[in-house]
Amino acid sequence: MSGILVLVEHLRGEVRDITYEMLTKANALALAANSRVTGLLLSDSSAVRAGHVSGFCDRLLAVDDPGLKDFNSEAYQLVLAEVIASEQPSLVMLAHSALGVDLAPSLAVKTGLPLVSDVIAISYDEKGWLFTRQMYSGKLNADWRFKGEQGIVTVRAAAFRAGYASQAGTVSKRPAGSLKLARKFLGYEEAPLTGVDITKAGAIIAVGRGIKEQKNMALVENLARVIGAEIGCSRPVIDAGWMPKERQIGSSGKTVKPKLYIGLGISGAFQHTAGMKSAETIIAVNKDPNAPIFQLAHYGIVGDILKVIPALEAKLKELKAA
Amino acid sequence: MEIVVCCKRVPDTSEAEVVVDASGKDIRRERLAFTINEADNYTLEEALLIKEKVGGTVTLVSIGTKESDDILRMGLAKGADKAIRVHDDKLAGSDAFVLARILAKSIAPLKPDLVMCGSQAGDDGQAQVGVMLAELLGLPHAAYVTKVELAGNLAKVKRELEGGLYEVLELPLPALLTIQTGINMPRYASIMGIKRAQGKELKVLDAAGAGLAPEEVGAAAARTTLEKLYAPVSETHAEIIEGDVNEASAKLAAVLRERGLV
Repeated sequence: MSGILVLVEHLRGEVRDITYEMLTKANALALAANSRVTGLLLSDSSAVRAGHVSGFCDRLLAVDDPGLKDFNSEAYQLVLAEVIASEQPSLVMLAHSALGVDLAPSLAVKTGLPLVSDVIAISYDEKGWLFTRQMYSGKLNADWRFKGEQGIVTVRAAAFRAGYASQAGTVSKRPAGSLKLARKFLGYEEAPLTGVDITKAGAIIAVGRGIKEQKNMALVENLARVIGAEIGCSRPVIDAGWMPKERQIGSSGKTVKPKLYIGLGISGAFQHTAGMKSAETIIAVNKDPNAPIFQLAHYGIVGDILKVIPALEAKLKELKAA
Repeated sequence: MEIVVCCKRVPDTSEAEVVVDASGKDIRRERLAFTINEADNYTLEEALLIKEKVGGTVTLVSIGTKESDDILRMGLAKGADKAIRVHDDKLAGSDAFVLARILAKSIAPLKPDLVMCGSQAGDDGQAQVGVMLAELLGLPHAAYVTKVELAGNLAKVKRELEGGLYEVLELPLPALLTIQTGINMPRYASIMGIKRAQGKELKVLDAAGAGLAPEEVGAAAARTTLEKLYAPVSETHAEIIEGDVNEASAKLAAVLRERGLV
């Protein structure tokens, strides 16, 4: 196995957790195969950003250019394609993030390399790289391989645990070359905050696709009042326009850590669980006994939320009155 | 404005039991309900909104068996102008790259100003085909788009990053966008639309008809291999509270009280 190349992901000047997760995994894989890990940092100034990351790799390759300050898939692709051509890594690791998803597929076509996306496990055996990813709403796992020795993966956030900086990685520089781009970065925008900050709530009732209709939200509001909980939700409820974006829990929304989380009609797709799995007590109600949320929850009821919600509300009221 | 929308018919597995078939590489389909991929439905709506604003045509493109005509007819009923479906037994075993290649060959002759794909499919969740297609067509792209504004030859788009953050960027047309769910409120087809759709063109192409040589498609052309599909073994599982709705609710209420949570 030749080396492993890991793209350092940073956003608004901060190196993101997924970078350390990927580098830690890459180090373990490289150790087993007597290989080397190269981090690739594309930014405006590696002097500012290289410090901590270099301790996670054998070598940090830094490409500095004002055009690399903010992510632009075209700029990244131009540089990465050249680095891959000269380094010939066996494995290229990118985050399965809004950045990686925007970059890895076109990079794979450009370089002629295979791509396996959103992997949650990586190993190397006599047949080469072996990757595991989820399919069909997280209900099945699939093992994938590259045809050939070399390829690109995008790695799911929190699939691997980040370790500690343990290397005295050298930093070497590489010129960016000419970055002639059609795509132009204009700026960032944040979802407006208008109401409650659910990240501060001690108890959260989260509503998912299983709520079916907007009018059923009233049931949830009643239950939330009895429990003293804030209401959050998963993506389908936002997509339907039934709750404001600031109530969304998950990778594209908020990360919450309440004492009590009750998921109603939430299947437990990783995009949602990424934002709530650290809750202290997790309760799930879902009519599908195979819903992945039950693997995470402490207590579960398999049933129709539209019946369970009012029944639970009534029982809690009885308890409170007693 | 020539707009191409790529769409896919997928099983709805969000609340269904999913069982691996005898091959160990696919699922049993007989008890699953199929529909247009959720993100593709939003994509179609966005394309129709653009067409209604600036004029032009919307062409649907899908790879799949005759059953995919359902989603294409529905798209035509909502207001798309024509549809192309590519199907050939030779396509079996195609991976995301090969599917992108098939789409690229089918779409290139249409010379579109805008190609739009769903951000990802609900079945395999790879989020690969759209952005691969952009590269194969030589188009600039943006993924996870949640807002599109066209001004002359430019598309100003907003795309979703993580944690409630968005990126705003600009692309020259022609371009490819992958559309995130929630960007709009997809319409339903009207009775009139459904009637009108019967008269609209739905062209079926085989691999050769799409301009593909046999060695360019199928498992042999794929760059990745699905080795095995299986139910994951979970180390943890919730304690399931049994009983009818009232019993289970009473027990859960008691648990919450015991733990001091209510």
